[in-house]
Amino acid sequence: MATATPLLAEPGASPPLRLTRGSLPRWAPAGMFAASLGAALLVMLVTSFNWYGWGALTFLLYVVVITTVSRRVEGSRRSTDRLVTALVFTAFALALLPLLALVWTVLRRGVPGLTFEFLTTTMRGVIGAGGGVEHAIVGTLLVTGLAALISVPIGLLTAIYLVEYSGGRLGRWVTLMVDVMTGIPSIVAGLFAYALFEIFFGPGVRMGAAGSVALSVLMIPFVVRSSEEMLRLVPAELREASYALGIAKWRTVVKVVIPTAIAGLTTGVTLAVARVIGETAPLLLVAGLTTSMNTDPFHDRMTTLPVYAFSAFATPGFPPEAGYQRAWSAALVLIILVMLLNLIARLVSRFFGPRTGR
Amino acid sequence: MKVSRSSRIAAALAVGAIVLSACGGGSNSSGQQTGNGSGGKLSGNLAGAGSSAQQAAMQAWAAGFQADNPDVTISYDPVGSGGGREQFLSGGVPFAGSDAYLTTDELTKSKSVCAGGTGAIDIPVYVSPIAVAFNLSGVKSLQLSPATIAKIFNDKITKWDDPAIKAENAGVKLPSTAISTVHRSDDSGTTQNFVDYLSKAAGSDWPYPVDDTWAAKGGEGAEGTSGVVAAIKGGEGTIGYADASQVGGLGTAKVKVGSSWVGISASAAAKAAELSKPASGRPSGDLAIDVDRTSSDPSAYPLVLISYQVVCQTYKDKNVAALVKAFETYVASAAGQQAAAKAAGSAPITSAVAAKDLTSIKTIKAAG
Amino acid sequence: MSAPAAPTIAGGPVTPLDAPSHRRGDRIFAGLARGAGVLILVLLAGVALFLVVESVPALTASSSELPQGKSFAHYVGPLAFGTAFAAAIALLIAAPVSIGVALFISHYSPRRLAGVLGYLIDLLAAVPSVVFGLWGIFWLAPQLQPGMAWLGTHLSFIPFFAGPVSATGRTILTAGVVLAVMILPIMTAICREIFLQTPRLHEEAALALGATRWEVVRMSVLPHGRSGVISAAMLGLGRALGETMAVAMVLSVGGGVSVNLISPQNPSTIAANIALQFPESSGVAVNALIATGLVLFVITFLVNFAARAVVARRKDFREGS
Repeated sequence: MATATPLLAEPGASPPLRLTRGSLPRWAPAGMFAASLGAALLVMLVTSFNWYGWGALTFLLYVVVITTVSRRVEGSRRSTDRLVTALVFTAFALALLPLLALVWTVLRRGVPGLTFEFLTTTMRGVIGAGGGVEHAIVGTLLVTGLAALISVPIGLLTAIYLVEYSGGRLGRWVTLMVDVMTGIPSIVAGLFAYALFEIFFGPGVRMGAAGSVALSVLMIPFVVRSSEEMLRLVPAELREASYALGIAKWRTVVKVVIPTAIAGLTTGVTLAVARVIGETAPLLLVAGLTTSMNTDPFHDRMTTLPVYAFSAFATPGFPPEAGYQRAWSAALVLIILVMLLNLIARLVSRFFGPRTGR
Repeated sequence: MKVSRSSRIAAALAVGAIVLSACGGGSNSSGQQTGNGSGGKLSGNLAGAGSSAQQAAMQAWAAGFQADNPDVTISYDPVGSGGGREQFLSGGVPFAGSDAYLTTDELTKSKSVCAGGTGAIDIPVYVSPIAVAFNLSGVKSLQLSPATIAKIFNDKITKWDDPAIKAENAGVKLPSTAISTVHRSDDSGTTQNFVDYLSKAAGSDWPYPVDDTWAAKGGEGAEGTSGVVAAIKGGEGTIGYADASQVGGLGTAKVKVGSSWVGISASAAAKAAELSKPASGRPSGDLAIDVDRTSSDPSAYPLVLISYQVVCQTYKDKNVAALVKAFETYVASAAGQQAAAKAAGSAPITSAVAAKDLTSIKTIKAAG
Repeated sequence: MSAPAAPTIAGGPVTPLDAPSHRRGDRIFAGLARGAGVLILVLLAGVALFLVVESVPALTASSSELPQGKSFAHYVGPLAFGTAFAAAIALLIAAPVSIGVALFISHYSPRRLAGVLGYLIDLLAAVPSVVFGLWGIFWLAPQLQPGMAWLGTHLSFIPFFAGPVSATGRTILTAGVVLAVMILPIMTAICREIFLQTPRLHEEAALALGATRWEVVRMSVLPHGRSGVISAAMLGLGRALGETMAVAMVLSVGGGVSVNLISPQNPSTIAANIALQFPESSGVAVNALIATGLVLFVITFLVNFAARAVVARRKDFREGS
């Protein structure tokens, strides 16, 4: 996927301001950072060593040094730029720390249990160690796929309505309501789906499709919000050009607006799928829990990976280690599954997206 | 779970909003059974819901039963005892697992779900000792009287080297670490039984009512048995209560029974269930037990959780009745209890209790 | 509902060529789009009605019937506070960081790296909340505990850090950090897409005038992406307010209202409380829990309303000046 704009792509390839002011050499930031790192390490060794203290002190030293030096040499505008650059890099490092820790934790605990057998067996008849997630993988794909099948058309059409038809009072209501829908706690969505399906199927209903409906309640606002933002960013000139050629509005939307925004739309849908694929509480309520394979989302219980992981953690059996191992491995499988879905989505957007552009 | 009629109408308004694929008939959902009910070979689906304490045992029971009856699928939703009873009483599932026996109100309600004017009965099938577990460096075993445990969990004793603890543990080197107590933050049968023990055995040292919600102030809350165990392991000087099978690696306390100290063992827990009196005012066939927390018999560990299977005496459907009867017979049998002990670390019920269970289970039948 | 709007776009009304086939296609398409919007309203009305109807028994019940024997307002008050408090901590941490990360990916990092990073961030949005919960218990809480102990010893005069310090680190601060990490990927992904869509001409014009990178960002990227950033924040906030399992697993709940960030006695959140109490609840207690869900619904409504108002006022102000 094309990302950064060409002119800004290379860090350090900034426009020359040398004509009027002095400028720091290209190695200055890196050099100063290394110096701060060393100085902070010294302080840490003198007092008492601690990773977090080292990081924080390095950051403080670097920010102070680079802004003062830059201010003296390059002036206040470049100095502010350097400060912000330092902050942006720090934000990035700060975000990466817990995320990497998370991935590392899941990998370290999940990989030992991730065998071929784990992927190709169910939990039917398994006591103690052994067993696998085959039924949960199938359940996850079916329940989430069905949810996406419900949510994406509704969500995308609603976003098109909001952006292209900017529907007056109805539009404003829909926008507000979509916002409110983002705040429905997942368990309430589960209760709602249960109440709804109880009407048709009587009390005690459990089926994968009910889980899909609960997930759709959570997913639709997500699809609408992200699609809306992406569609709004399509330049009006493109639409006008299309209209000027006499193309009907709906064809303009389908052939011009959506392809232009396809990368963003796919990201939005992928995020929405990602948002709901890890839901536990509502599925436990309406899709239930089973140890056997079930490929029919309209009958009987269906286990999904998060529910599997949660129940393996909450009731690991005895001794608990086998259950904990399954929980972590199932979480890892889920992450891998999402990674694959993500890849497919990216290929799709590359395939259908406009050839030129960024 | 009960959802009122009006809310069904509310939800019905949203029907149009949901793209329901054609799923013809559809009455064949969980809780309903398919297959032949005419004796001999069993087949079909049997679904239950309820206590999460029973889940590990239930997996073993389902596995064992399915091995003998390959055409049967048993599923169990660990939605919690309250949720399980509600689903059972609304006809959602043919049996429920519950850490507490049905109240009189619920017994009355059960007459409308079970056939033939008979109600539901409680069958005790799962006994599990609750451990008082702690994480204190250098100390693996402690002896604590009910009064001391109550004072610790009520913030009256705040240091590990408190004289009350020292007096009961001569020869153990106790540090002056502060005590952090850990309790369940979710409502649970474990809390109910622990608090019931404290309030009966510790008397006035435990001033709070018996409930499945933790009522005392102070201490840390953690979700579920796994959460409590993780919290105890995650801190120094922590103490909490949890299902004994799950506290591996932590120190556990021996509790005072009469004048002796009793540690956790399956036989002592099962013995406590056997020694306890049947609850009063129950219908015939119902085997609800009020655990005797103040027994002075040194062969019994009184801090136990007893969990029940709630079943109808009479079912409308023949196949359901046959399935439930066969399944419960297996659950209460020696083989079933051993399977649960192996998979869940529970205490197999004694043969005296099992005999009573089986007598009650024999009365399960289909209407007409 | 309103009449079908004349086809308009940002620039004003446009009349496409008036061929009948065009008009039929357009009418069908517009109808579909509007239908989807109406469907959402109906769906939400269904959820709202479900909540209200199920809440009524709890709202009309006397205090003695409700859990903890308190009136409903007293029951839900601390929960609402805890919900807002935890979400505020999360947003306070996640908003600046995610904007920073999005800028890093869109405007600061080398192009090749940016693609990989974007992919990684998207991926993390998919980590199930249960895993965040596990991670919070087993990794984050023990990491933060010494820091909290330090704060409790040295800064206990500030109400946020008045002890006693939790021995396990499972405090509302930890829960807030977990929530922040959870909403970070979503907010970052949306902000990134928005920032990447900044018209290139604006940026190049600014560069041509000799602007530094920060000035480009401040003058063209951020103004362009403001509504998107607020949208992203709202989505993140929505998830933080409604997050159930992770909070339930990580937070040590004590009840009551307290701004103490480091004690074992933390206010619970509405969603976590539902998850914790629902399995063992029956009768009117279930209604009380659903009623707290209604309160959460209303809180979200108000927050979004306020955010919309802010965006609208800014816009008016900018256009008016």
